[in-house]
Amino acid sequence: MSVLSVRDLTVTYHSQAGPVPAVRGVDLSVDKGEVLGLAGESGCGKSTIVNAVLRLVPPKTKVTGEILLNGEDVMTMKPGRLRAVRWSGMSVIFQGAMHALNPVQRIGNQIAETITIHSQADEKGARVRSGALLEQVGLPPRRLRDYPHELSGGQKQRVMIAMALACNPDIVIADEPTTALDVMVQAQVLQLLKELQRELGLAMLFITHDLSVLVEVCDRLAIMYAGKIVEEGPSVQVFQNPRHPYTSALSGAFPQIGDRRFRMAPSGLPGDPPFPGNVPGGCSFHPRCPLAFDECPTIDPELYPAGIDRRAACLLVRGSERVEAAP
Amino acid sequence: MGTRGYLFGKVLRAFLTLLFVLVFNFVLFRVMPGDPASLLLRGTSAYNPQNVAAEKERLGLNKPLPVQFIKYMGSTLRLDFGDSFKYQGLRASTVISQRVWPTVLLVGTSTIASILIGLLIGIWSGWRRGTMIDYGSLGFTLFVYAMPEFWLGMLVLMAFAGGVGPFPAIFPTGGYETVGADLTGFAHAFDVLNHMVMPFFVLTVAYLGEFAIIMRNSLIDVMADDFVMTARAKGVRENQVLWRHVVPNALLPTWTLTMLSLGFVFGGAITVEYVFSWPGLGFLTVDAIESKDFAVLQALFLIFSAAVIISNLIADVTYMYLDPRVRAA
Amino acid sequence: MRPEPMAAPPGGPVPPPPDEDLDTVRLTPRQIAYARRKKAFVRMAKTYRKSAMGMWGLGILIFVVLVALFAPVISDKNTMVPTCTCTGAPFQPPNGEFWFGTDNLGRSVYTMTVWGARISLTVGLAATLISMIIGALLGIVAGYYGGWLEKLLMGVTDWFLVLPWLALAIVLAAVLGRSLAIIIFVIGITSWPGTARIVRAQTLSVKTRPYVERSRALGASNWHLISRHILPNVGPLIFANTILTVAIAILSEATLSFLGLGDPLSVSWGTMLEFANNAGAATTGKWWWLLPPGLAIVIVVLAFTMCGFALDEILNPKLRER
Repeated sequence: MSVLSVRDLTVTYHSQAGPVPAVRGVDLSVDKGEVLGLAGESGCGKSTIVNAVLRLVPPKTKVTGEILLNGEDVMTMKPGRLRAVRWSGMSVIFQGAMHALNPVQRIGNQIAETITIHSQADEKGARVRSGALLEQVGLPPRRLRDYPHELSGGQKQRVMIAMALACNPDIVIADEPTTALDVMVQAQVLQLLKELQRELGLAMLFITHDLSVLVEVCDRLAIMYAGKIVEEGPSVQVFQNPRHPYTSALSGAFPQIGDRRFRMAPSGLPGDPPFPGNVPGGCSFHPRCPLAFDECPTIDPELYPAGIDRRAACLLVRGSERVEAAP
Repeated sequence: MGTRGYLFGKVLRAFLTLLFVLVFNFVLFRVMPGDPASLLLRGTSAYNPQNVAAEKERLGLNKPLPVQFIKYMGSTLRLDFGDSFKYQGLRASTVISQRVWPTVLLVGTSTIASILIGLLIGIWSGWRRGTMIDYGSLGFTLFVYAMPEFWLGMLVLMAFAGGVGPFPAIFPTGGYETVGADLTGFAHAFDVLNHMVMPFFVLTVAYLGEFAIIMRNSLIDVMADDFVMTARAKGVRENQVLWRHVVPNALLPTWTLTMLSLGFVFGGAITVEYVFSWPGLGFLTVDAIESKDFAVLQALFLIFSAAVIISNLIADVTYMYLDPRVRAA
Repeated sequence: MRPEPMAAPPGGPVPPPPDEDLDTVRLTPRQIAYARRKKAFVRMAKTYRKSAMGMWGLGILIFVVLVALFAPVISDKNTMVPTCTCTGAPFQPPNGEFWFGTDNLGRSVYTMTVWGARISLTVGLAATLISMIIGALLGIVAGYYGGWLEKLLMGVTDWFLVLPWLALAIVLAAVLGRSLAIIIFVIGITSWPGTARIVRAQTLSVKTRPYVERSRALGASNWHLISRHILPNVGPLIFANTILTVAIAILSEATLSFLGLGDPLSVSWGTMLEFANNAGAATTGKWWWLLPPGLAIVIVVLAFTMCGFALDEILNPKLRER
């Protein structure tokens, strides 16, 4: 039974220069206990999905599609129900915990706030639970009295994790939780997330641009480019045997220390991802694709089956398996 | 550095600023073109070389500058500002002390009202940015900002004290209390309040626009911060997002900027008191200009500057309680 | 949280297209710089035209300047002179002959208002020029050279900012005397701190930009850096700030004149209000004397402020990034 199911999600921002389609028809689903990774470069629309799913997009933004949380459609929820569901049904660990915490409020109060909003607990009960949460993420309860500026980057991220777990959500969305941290701290936080997910049997949507991180933590992977999903499947398979040229480039972009191939030919991808308002026609990746051929600029590929439980949006994949089009 | 270091730094700065004001005051009146004696006597019938020389001697202007400076600092510290020129026989400090209370009453209350109302309008306006409420209050603020406060004062005076057209004359035309009525207790207090309504209104309205804009801009900045998104994602009601998360952060820069504007409020007090004949320090300033009462002018300049410096210091100290980051730094 | 950092921010500026039509091979560097600046100016003008506030402000300003310039054409100067027989009876409300009525000496309020525009605009612009030159100079020097010089200059600036402006201006004017030049001087030397702060902040940010560092590495002199790199980048900001300062200067002149520190020989809107106050116009309901000069001040100050805000939105990097 899927905890979060997104179908044909489209998010179009409103800007002075015209509408900006940041997300152009995305399907996602996360089952209970499963970790789905969402990868892509900056600007592909990953964080927009997070905002859209919680209905936190700026005013005048057009959002269409279906977002089902435990079967309930988020798009049609009344404001009261939406607020109740935020955090208790679905919580978020935001990136850059630098600024995601209120600078003038003690972190204990910030964690407790979620508890008092979503449960009958009183102040004392909330405080006790906050302390327990901090311990769960490896921080001493006395730090409840600290202000955010008194914590290091890694500690702040742990607080964000503790806060995300406070109301026992069905699914946790981790939006680039390790991006702003040093490599050593990254490893620690990742380890923590893995353990907690396993312990609590959480469903998780893990968003990052770092493929190597995803492989460690996620069961399934979805790769995003220019507002669309271009490949998805079990994470190890996708990483080791990518079917979409973009995925190969992403996984190749992370040099293995000691691998001589990388010393001779660092495999960065030329060019930049397109501005959301400026997506190339046909396959949106074709200008940067090393395998592009004559049909690519004219046909926009859908997600074609590319193996067991795998799909990829590339004309090369369509060619190799002549099966009916993706659902 | 900690709390104590922060406090000490601020107090030291306030002290130094005040010191420079004192020096500036001295320099201004001694080194400016024309000596005080000539300035005093110029334009009067007593203006001739002998009188000027005698006046110079009397004021001790022939002594070397450093000696004068020391004498000046000494007497300033004793709050002795010399004799008032206009009110013969009275010390400048006496004249001033008689006028302090009305100014404290009027300016104190109107500043507090102005700040409170201004901040609230700013919050409302910033939160509802882009709506009619925002544009409305921006427009109103802009208009009042462009208005000289004394002009507003004269219009109000004309409408509600003089009575013109459809406006009723319901307030007294000026002053602090009804002359000759000899009221006491509640009756007196009410009488004073009655006289205070119009200048209070004018001073409050004249400056609340600036506070509103400061707060509005600060609020808009904070609204774009990440932790506001976090609060919303947590399911916090919009109301509480505003008052528990946005406002406490928006208050920080607003507080300092507001205190910086106080200098203008005190300036406005001068003209408004003048229009309404409110017998405070502002009115006294205009009086002293007309009568070239330099002793009083000097003292008043010092007092106004000190008032602003002290309110800035108070703002800095209270800021410590608003922003926990400052306490730890 | 904002959407992805690389995406064009909704409602934010679109990056300008590269200058493909500039012949970078055959033109000299100076010509290229000049052409680029002209393009930037045209772009700015186009953006400015989109601002309703800016266009209204500009329109009002043009109108006021025209009134001031054509004062002798649209009014009879003699009706401002008390001894002229063309003046009317004192305290006349508006009528066919005197559109804004007369003051206590029978002078035409309309004429005085029209001619007052010249004084107010002149004082406002002249004082602002002084203030801008001092402020920009100090700001650039402080920002560029840094060190103890910056600390000293900023200390002085901060000190000035703390002082209650009107008290200072009053004291200065009282000591120096009453004339138009003195008023201009007093306003000029009391309003430079605001400009200085903004200029310094902008200088600091420009100073650290890569092309400045590269220029210095190539051996450019301080003068070259300041005049060719810093000034053109700080210039627009100074300009926007200047417009706003003029508004303040006009208000300041009105206030000082109202308090009796203005030039006794010239009629500005401030002195008109001073006369009105001394003659008890408020309490005796002489609204035709009070309204025109005050409204004139409001309109002109509003116009400058609106233009200044509109320019600020275009030119101020901090506001643009939002």
